[in-house]
This record gives sequence, C-alpha cells and structure tokens, in this order.
Amino acid sequence: MISFTVNGKPVTVVDPPSTPLLWVIRDSLNLTGTKFGCGMALCGACTVHIDGQAVRSCVAPVSRAEGKKVTTIEGISPDLTHPLQQAWIEIDVPQCGYCQSGQIMSAAVLLAENAAPTDEDIDEAMSGNICRCGTYPRIRRAIHRAAEIQAQRGGK
Amino acid sequence: MSVATKMKRREFLKAGAALGGGLLISLYVPEFVSAADAAADSAAKPVALNAFVRIGTDETVTVISNHSEMGQGIYTSLPMLLNEELEADWARVRVESSPVEAVYNHTVFGIMMTGGSTTTNSEYDRFRTMGAMARIMLIAAAAQAWKVDPQTCRAEKSYVIHTPTGRRASYGSLAEAASKIAPPKDIPLKDPKDFTLVGKPMHRLDTPSKTNGTAQFGLDVYIPGMLTAVVARAPIFGGKVVSFNADKSKAIPGVADVVQVPSGVAVIAKGFWPAKLGREKLEITWDDGPGAAISTVEMRENYSAMSKTPGLVARKVGDPAAALSGAAKTMTAEYEVPYLAHCMMEPLNTVVDLQEDRCEIWSGTQFQTGDRAAAAKVAGLKPEQVTLHTTLLGGGFGRRANPASDFVTEATEVAKAAKVPVKVVWTREDDIRGGWYRPMWYDHFAAGLDANGNPVAWTHTIVGQSIMAGTMFEDFGIKNGIDSASVEGAADLIYAIPNLQVDLHTTKNEVPVQWWRSVGHSHTGFSVEAFLDEVAHAGGKDPYLLRRTLLASQPRMLAVLDLAAQKANWGGPLPAGHARGIATHFSFDSYVAQVAEVSVEKDGTVRVHRVVAAADCGRTVNPDTVKGQIEGGIIFGLTAALKTEITLDKGRVQQRNFHDYPMVRMFESPVIEVFIVPSTEHPTGVGEPGVPPVAPAVINAIFAAIGKRVRRLPIKPDDLRSA
Repeated sequence: MISFTVNGKPVTVVDPPSTPLLWVIRDSLNLTGTKFGCGMALCGACTVHIDGQAVRSCVAPVSRAEGKKVTTIEGISPDLTHPLQQAWIEIDVPQCGYCQSGQIMSAAVLLAENAAPTDEDIDEAMSGNICRCGTYPRIRRAIHRAAEIQAQRGGK
Repeated sequence: MSVATKMKRREFLKAGAALGGGLLISLYVPEFVSAADAAADSAAKPVALNAFVRIGTDETVTVISNHSEMGQGIYTSLPMLLNEELEADWARVRVESSPVEAVYNHTVFGIMMTGGSTTTNSEYDRFRTMGAMARIMLIAAAAQAWKVDPQTCRAEKSYVIHTPTGRRASYGSLAEAASKIAPPKDIPLKDPKDFTLVGKPMHRLDTPSKTNGTAQFGLDVYIPGMLTAVVARAPIFGGKVVSFNADKSKAIPGVADVVQVPSGVAVIAKGFWPAKLGREKLEITWDDGPGAAISTVEMRENYSAMSKTPGLVARKVGDPAAALSGAAKTMTAEYEVPYLAHCMMEPLNTVVDLQEDRCEIWSGTQFQTGDRAAAAKVAGLKPEQVTLHTTLLGGGFGRRANPASDFVTEATEVAKAAKVPVKVVWTREDDIRGGWYRPMWYDHFAAGLDANGNPVAWTHTIVGQSIMAGTMFEDFGIKNGIDSASVEGAADLIYAIPNLQVDLHTTKNEVPVQWWRSVGHSHTGFSVEAFLDEVAHAGGKDPYLLRRTLLASQPRMLAVLDLAAQKANWGGPLPAGHARGIATHFSFDSYVAQVAEVSVEKDGTVRVHRVVAAADCGRTVNPDTVKGQIEGGIIFGLTAALKTEITLDKGRVQQRNFHDYPMVRMFESPVIEVFIVPSTEHPTGVGEPGVPPVAPAVINAIFAAIGKRVRRLPIKPDDLRSA
C-alpha cells in the first residue's frame, strides 16, 4: 500500500510499487485528465507535479509518490482561474487538446520558477512536450500571456 | 479526396430535402434525451426541433454534430453556422456528438464520417438551414400563441419578439410548442452580408474542457466491469498466429484472461499496466507470410526503376514527347517520400460492451457508419443494435477513418472472445508499427525549357501503392486504374505548361496504407513544387516570378502567391546565412502559398526560422480556427520534411516510439504568420491544405541558402553538412 495526496486529498493505493504513477492516477484513481502518449517519457502528455516538480508519470513508479504531494491537471485550479488556463482560453491554444494537460503542467512549473520567461526559457522548459496538432506558436504566446496575468495578480 | 468541387448540387439538394421532412423530428426526439442531460437538470426538458438542434426549457441550445472533433474546431464552427440562422444567445449554445443514423450522413459520401477537409464546406448550407428551420418554428409557435402574423415577429438572442408590441417569449418557453409545428417547406437563408456570427473569430466551445482535464477522449471512457486489453499483433504485416503460450502472462497479478483474436493475441487485465506486462510475457509463434520479404531499401530501387518506364496515363496535354525533344534545355530528377505513421497523440483505443442482443461502443472515430457495420458483423448483430458513441479524438489526421475499421473491429473481437466489456488500448509502439501508413512514393520528372527559360514540357511518373483500392471509396476514387489519391496535385497541375503528361505505376504489397493529412498532396506538393524550383533556377528565373508567369490564368492562386511573397518580403534583406524558399499548392479546393526562411548549420542541421502562409479557403466561418489549422498543418508538414520515416527490413518496421520517429518540438517550431484572403466564395478545405507547401518551401530555401537540392524526405542533415 502506498499513500500520498492527489490534488490535496489523501489516497492509499494497492497497485504494485513499480506500477507507473500514470496508470495509478488513471486506472485506480479515475483521474483521466493526465494522458498516455508514449510510455517512455518522450512526449510529456503524462506530466504531473510531485512536490511541485514536473514529472513524466508514465515512467515514474508510484512508489516515488509515497508521502508526497501529487498535483494533476484537475488540481491546478478548481474553476479555470489559473493564469495558464486563462491564457489558454483567451488564445484558444488547444486543437485536439489531448497533449494540453501535459503542456499546462510543464508550463506551470516554468511559471512558478520563472515569472517572466523568455522565448529561450520556453523552448527549454517546453521541448519535452509534443503537440502533434502543432499548437506550439500559441503555447508560446499563451505562456507569455499567463506570465502577464500572473504579474497583474501580484505574482500569484 | 478533394471533395467540395465534386459535390453535386443535385445530391446536396437531395440530402437537404430529406432533412426538411417533418418525419425526422418525431423519429429522433427520444434519442436526444440523453442520460447526462436528465441527470444534470431533471426539470430542464430538452426538445428537439430537428435532428441537429434541441432547445431545453432551461434555454440551453444543444447543437448535434455529426462530424468528429479531432482538433479542427468543428465543434465550434458547426454551431456557429446553425446559430447564424437560429439567432439564439451564443452563450447558451452547447455541442454534442450525434448518434449514427442516416440523417447524419455526410452530404457527399453518404455515410457518417469526417474527412477530406470537408466538414465546413459540406455542412455550410445544411447547418444554416437547420438553424433557420428551428427559428421559423419558434416564431410560428409564438405567433400562434399570441394570435399574430409570424411576419410581424422577429428572433433575437434566444427570444421571439412581436415587433409592433415588443412582446417577448424565450426559446426555452416556446420549444415544446415549436416542436409540434410542421417544419416549413421553404427555408430562406440570410444574405451573407447580414451574417453576425459567421466570419467573426469566436472562442472555441471546447477550449475550457481542454485546459482542466475534463475533455473526454476515447481513452478516458471507463464503464462498470470494464477490463483493459492490449493486443500482441503480428510483427510482420499479414502475419498470423500459429500457436501461443500464455502461462507466464496469466501469472502476472491483474491479468484476467488471454484470448486469441484474428489480429493476434489479447491480454485482458485490470487496467493497462498489468495488460502490458502480460503481453511482454506472451510466447507466440507466428506465420510471417510473404510480408517478411519487404525491405524499403529494395522497394526504393524497384520504384526508381519503375519510375523511368511509362505507366498508366492519368493526364496528357499537348505532345510532351515532341516538346521535350524540341526543347532548348531538358532536365530530369527523381523525388521520393517514405511511409509515414499518423502518430496522433492519443493512441488508438475503443471500448466495447457486447451483450447478447446489443452492443455499445465508445470510440474516437472519424468513420462511424463503417465502424458500426464492422462491429455488427463481428458481433452477429444488426447495425441498429450497435450504439456507437463518438468521443473527442486526440488527433485523427485520417488514421481514425480506417477503411477496414481495424481498431473498432479488433476491439469488438476482443470483447466477443473475452465475454467482458473491454477497452483495447494501443501503445505508441503499436501505433507506429501498426501500418495504415501514408504510402511510400517515388516520382520521376522530366522538363523541357524553351530558349527563354520557360518550361514548355513536363512529364511526371509516380510510383506507389493505391489508398483507395479495396475500400468503399474504390468506385469513387479509382477511374481507369488510376487512384485519384496517387496523382492528385500532379495530374491537376495548376501551372500552365503547354505539354504535360502524368502517369502512374500502382504497386502492391502487404503494408496497409491509408489517407494521411493531405493524402496524395502530401507527396505531390513536395515533388512538384521542388522540381518547379529546379526548373526556375535552370531557366535563370526567380522562383516566385516564374510561378507568377505560370499562374496568369489562376487569379486566386496568383493572389495568395503575391500575398505570401509580399508579407514575407520576398527578395528583401535577410540575416547572413538565411534564405527564403517559396511554394504553392492547390488542394481540397483551397489555395495556399508559403514562404519559408531557413538557414543550414555546418553540421547540416536545418533551422526553419519563419514560415509565412497565405490561404484562400473561400468564406471562413471561424477565422481564428482557420489560422490554427494552417499553423498546425505547417508544423505537421515540417515534421514530415525534417524528421520522420517508416522503414522496413525483412518485413519489420524499424521505428517504434518518439525517439526514432521524432516530432518537431517547441524549440524547432518557427515563427508562423498566416494571412487569409477575404472571400465570398463557398468555403473550401482547411484542415489539410496547410500541409503540402511547407516541405518544398523549406527545400527550396535550403537550395537558395547553400546550393544543395534535396529530393528525398525526410531531409538528411548528413547530406547538407559543410564541415
């Protein structure tokens, strides 16, 4: 049994410790916003936060979450008010939308660590996330916009 | 499949007339009262005014989409079309996927499906007509209640208003009475100059759900008692299971069952992970069959040899042989493109709940009628006994419109064999190695130039597999042995060259091929536009100006060419080492031109800095979505130009995941500027036409930058190395 919190709620799961966190989140906890894309940490669709760090949950064993705080896309705001969600909606970033949970989770760590990222910072932080629909130019714009929204709110 | 031009007015009217009948309204009402609606608000009663819209007593307007949303934005543009006439409050408009019924068939293809960049252009009239029909019925209901002439009433933001008195009634309050009004026979539509919604950039209705994890894709469907299956498929195309031993698989905790299905061996477990572990432990003996002999290295040699022999003539104009022999200068070149996988971010999957007398399926599919029929056949049921729910699609690009309904058929086979509700999940490796690729194609060109450097002869021989052969589109797509998908963008060359011949060798092997975003244009756009660039340089012409000359009788293409050149500052100064390349392509009835700005590093790495695109897609419904599709098409085409190829050795696919089948990523994504030519013409394709011009624009820019001509995709940095 492995215990941790997901989006602030304590959970205990019985999956074998080597089971990737992704499949525990999806199949055992039924939080389906975190996506399966490659299973090899190559596409970023499965990105979640463990104690505030971006983690590719498709290769992270659930044992790594023991006692830690896991945040999924469902947990970044209760009401679409996270600056990234606001910017994503304002710019209409998603097309098919499948990769966007992972994109937002990667961008959230970037914004938490760097309040005013440059294009180069965005390239570095976001190049682990693939978007087959090709929304990169809009993701870039939306991250800059989210940084502005965050700044207007006093860095929150 | 360029369709809008082939869309017969007669067929369209036939479909429209069928929809205008009142029968459908009563016939489809029960279908529309979904459990979700009932649960959401038991007091709010949804009322169907026709098969495409229902209005709730709570004022919610639900537009029923018969097309799949795979990113192209039609879950917003179809409601925009309908509401342009319905005049409901846009804030109240929702969208829902339709069930599979004849009323929802594609107006051209006659089945329920999404593809060929046809959604907006094929539904442009029908959705507006459905909105107008509902509005007329709502007005009639109000007029009846008020005992006034309907002509004195108008509709505005979900209200019917009696103009002389200002009396108002909301759509929600009128819906039930309106549903009992006989649908009007004559349904006039607005003059486009009065449009208030169509042509305005509207926020996508699906964006919020795609930023908080609530958007439901096929993979997100969980039903009670459902187990997850992964299937071990033949490592060689056409291979069959001879025998298997599942003892070690069954020993994995969570594995519930292992069953044989026609496509392989399925491991069924409590969740994906044990199913995948169980598959790894399977011991299977395969009969490889003739597919084991396939090698793409050998295929290239064979294709090259064939390309130098005459094929079936797809188009002949003038006397190209005589013109070539009389030309002041002649040149030849060979171009080639590899097999490509679609690689949608959401791997294929399907949920099947098969019971004795019914079957329920959830799938992100582009091909509902075909999939339902295929599932019914496997299940031994009638198609009407199969309910197919279309979820959101995590990308489609053609793969989810499978002519053999491969992923739905297989999932139904697994459910049948396992006797439990199952979700079959493909891994990324399954996707990349699973076939149904964009065909490998080979092109041989010859051109003759006159003394002024103008092309007077052009021959183009194409070698590759047929996509349409053996599919339900065979009659539609293959004429006199020529698959239109193999020669589209070549046989209908848009440039005025007086002597032209395009011919085709259709090859066959075990590798299944399929339409892939822009289909045949994905290869002809590249080869034709790159070879034309060679012709321009050989004749001492500026590639942009030569295109201008050859497009003199193509005003719409000429306009996008000029717009792209002007916005990209063609001929203007650039940073050292940078160069521009230009290309156009006509596909899906749309005109696109692109200018790429490129530099090549010493190690041969190609950097694409900027792509400027101009497009004429007729009237745009949601302009921001159109821009998004062109942007996305450019990135999609760039991945094909710079990155990906599927190769086979001894029948085995040599790629398996994103490390060896890599996608363009953020740091490689150029600045993209898209300019849409304002138009009052009927809308044309948007999802695909952005793809074809980008590879040739990049290749032509590479030539301009370093003088090296790339004739094979993907571009190999080793060929461009300068140090």
